[in-house]
Amino acid sequence: MLYREAGDFKTSYKDDSQTFPIRIDRWGYYAILAIAFIAVPLVINDYWASAVLLPFLIYAIAALGLNILTGFCGQVSLGTGGFMAVGAYACYKLMTAFPEVNIVIHVILAGGVTACVGVLFGLPSLRIKGFYLAVATLAAQFFLVWLFNKVGWFYNYSASGQISAPTRTVLSIEVTGPTASPWAKYLICLTFVTVMAWLARNLTRGSVGRKWMAIRDMDIAAEIIGVNPLAAKLSAFAVSSFFVGISGALFFSVYLGAVEVGEVFGIQKSFLVLFMIIIGGLGSIFGSFAGAAFIVLLPVFLKNVLVGGMGWATDLAAHLELLILGGLIMMFLILEPHGLTAYWRTLKEKMRLWPFPH
Amino acid sequence: MPEQLLFAMEVILNGLMAGVLYALVALGFVLIFKASGVFNYAQGVLALFAALTLVGIMEGQVPFSHLINAIFGTDLHHFGWEIPAIAAILLTMVVMVALAYLVNHYIMRHLVNQDPIILFMATIGLAYFLEGFGDLMWGSDIKNLDVGLPQGLNGFIDETTFNAFGYGFFIDNLDIVASVVAALLVVALVIFAQYTKQGRAMRAVADDHQAALSVGISLNFIWVMVWSVAGFVALVAGIMWGSKSGVQFSLSLIALKALPVLMLGGFTSIPGAIVGGLIVGVGEKLFEFAIGPMVGGATENWFAYVLALVVLVFRPQGLFGDKIIERV
Repeated sequence: MLYREAGDFKTSYKDDSQTFPIRIDRWGYYAILAIAFIAVPLVINDYWASAVLLPFLIYAIAALGLNILTGFCGQVSLGTGGFMAVGAYACYKLMTAFPEVNIVIHVILAGGVTACVGVLFGLPSLRIKGFYLAVATLAAQFFLVWLFNKVGWFYNYSASGQISAPTRTVLSIEVTGPTASPWAKYLICLTFVTVMAWLARNLTRGSVGRKWMAIRDMDIAAEIIGVNPLAAKLSAFAVSSFFVGISGALFFSVYLGAVEVGEVFGIQKSFLVLFMIIIGGLGSIFGSFAGAAFIVLLPVFLKNVLVGGMGWATDLAAHLELLILGGLIMMFLILEPHGLTAYWRTLKEKMRLWPFPH
Repeated sequence: MPEQLLFAMEVILNGLMAGVLYALVALGFVLIFKASGVFNYAQGVLALFAALTLVGIMEGQVPFSHLINAIFGTDLHHFGWEIPAIAAILLTMVVMVALAYLVNHYIMRHLVNQDPIILFMATIGLAYFLEGFGDLMWGSDIKNLDVGLPQGLNGFIDETTFNAFGYGFFIDNLDIVASVVAALLVVALVIFAQYTKQGRAMRAVADDHQAALSVGISLNFIWVMVWSVAGFVALVAGIMWGSKSGVQFSLSLIALKALPVLMLGGFTSIPGAIVGGLIVGVGEKLFEFAIGPMVGGATENWFAYVLALVVLVFRPQGLFGDKIIERV
C-alpha cells in the first residue's frame, strides 16, 4: 500500500528523473547510508571488518568498474586482477615517493594511472570482439602480473618481492598500516564506495552511459546513428579501469597491507569479480553490490557452517566450497540469467501492486 | 655448426613437442565450440578430472573416502585391488560419457539460445564444480600417473645428433609418444567428422541447430556425443600431462595455455588448433631462450597471449577462423 508512486507528486523534471522515484526507496536509501556511516562504525570489530565488510566494500567498487565495461558497454574483460594490481602498485609507488601527500589523493591518482593502462589494453577492442576480446584481456592479466613480479622498481627492490603499505593518516586518523583501527579502515572504504557508486549511477544514466549501452546492444548500428565507437569503448575502458584501480589500491593499502602480486591479483581474482557481476546482474548498479555481497558472504558462511558448526577438516570444506560455488553459479544462470537484480526488480513490481495484483 | 644454433634447434624441437600438447587441449575446445557454440572453459578441469579418475580407478581408491570418513567416522582408503591401465582407461571413459550426459541433461539443455557469454560463464561454473567434485572424490594430493608410457631421454635421437653435430639433442620419449598420439587423434577426429553419419550430423548441428532439428537430428544425442568426445580428448590430454608432471591442480591450468592457441588458430578450425599450438609452443620456447634471460625469465606465462593479441589485431578471426561477417 505504501510502496507506490501515487501521492508522491513531482513538480520538476529533476524530481521526475531521480534515482529513487518511490518515497520508501528514498527513505530506505538514506536510512542505509545513516546506519552504514554512523551505527556500524560504533559496533564494528576486527573480525567483521576484515572478513566481511572491507572485502565487500572493496569488491563492490571492482564489480561496479567491471559492470561498467561488461554490463553497460558489452566488452567482456578477464583482466580485472591485472588492473587491480596496477592500482595497488601505483598506490604503493606514490605512497613511498610522496609520503607527505594525503592517501586519498594517492588512491585517486592510482585510479588515474590504471585508467591509462586500461585504455592502452582497450585499444585492441576496436578490432577484436566478443570471446576473442575476453581472451585478449587475459594478455593484460598475465603480462601485468609478470611485470610487477619481475621488475624490481615496482616493489622498490624489497628482498621478499612483496609490497607493504606504510602507515598513513586521513584527518590525523590512521587508515593504513598494521595499527589502524577497523572502524577507520571501514569508514574510508565506505566513503570511497559511496562516491564511486554515485559516480557510476550518474555516468551510466547520462549521455556517456547511453552511448555505452548503444555500443553494447549493437556496435555497428550505434556507429550508424552517430555514436563514436572509439570514444565510447575507450571511455568505458578508462572509467572501468579507474574504478578497478581504486579498488586495487584500497585492497592493497587499507585491506591487506602487504601484497604478493601473483597470489593476490591472479587470474582467480578476475573470475571472482566476473562472477559477482554475473550473479548480481549485468548492467545494474544494485547488482554489483548484491553480487559482491553474495560472493564475499558465501565462503564465510560455508566456512562457519562446515568447519565451525560441523567440525570438518578445512581442506574438505574448501573442496565443498568450490563445489557449491560452481553449482550455485550454474543454477543462477539456468534459473535467472539476469542475476539477483532481476529478483529485486520482480519483488519491487509485486510490491507496487500489492495487495491488489489485478 | 655453432653451438647457439644447435641450442636453438633443440629449443625449437622441444617447442614443437610442447605445442602438440597444447594443441591436444585446444582440440577439445574447438570440437565443443563447433558443435554447440559453447566456449568450454571447463576443458582443462575435464582433463584434470579424467586423470584423477584414472589414477583413482587404477589404484582402487574409495571415491569420496574423505567425505565418508568425515561424516561416519570410518577409516576408508583403498579397496585393496589394482586395475590394469587399459581396463582403467576404459572405465574412465565410461565415467566421462556419464559426465557428458549429466552435463547436457542438467546444464546445457537448459541454456539453449542464451547469450554465448552466459554459456561461457556456465562452463566456468562447471569448472569450479568439477574441481571441487574431483578433489572431494579422489583427494587433492599430488598423484603419480603411470600407464606404461616410455619416459626420459630418447637415446636414439641423442646418439644420432651427437654423431652428426657433436651435440646430442635432449628429447623426452613421452613428448614423442604424445606427438604421435595427438597426430593419430587429429586424423581420427577429422575422419569421424567428415565420413561418419554421426560426424555429419554433428557438423549439421554446428551449422544451424534449428535446421538440423527439423531434418530429424537429435540435438540431445549430438551434444552428449560431442561432450563425450571432448571428454575423450580431455582423457588423452590428462594422461599425457599427468604422466609428464603428476596429477595435480595445475593440470587444469592447461586450459589457460590452450586459450591463446585457440585465438591464434581461430575458434572454429581444427587445423587452426594444431598450427596455433605449434606456433605457440615454438614461439614461447624460442622467446624464453632468446629474450627471456634479458628480462628476468618466466616469459612463458604471457608470451602466447601477447602474440595472439598482436595477431588478432591484424586478423580478428585468427589465422584459420571463419571470416566474421557483421550485419545490422
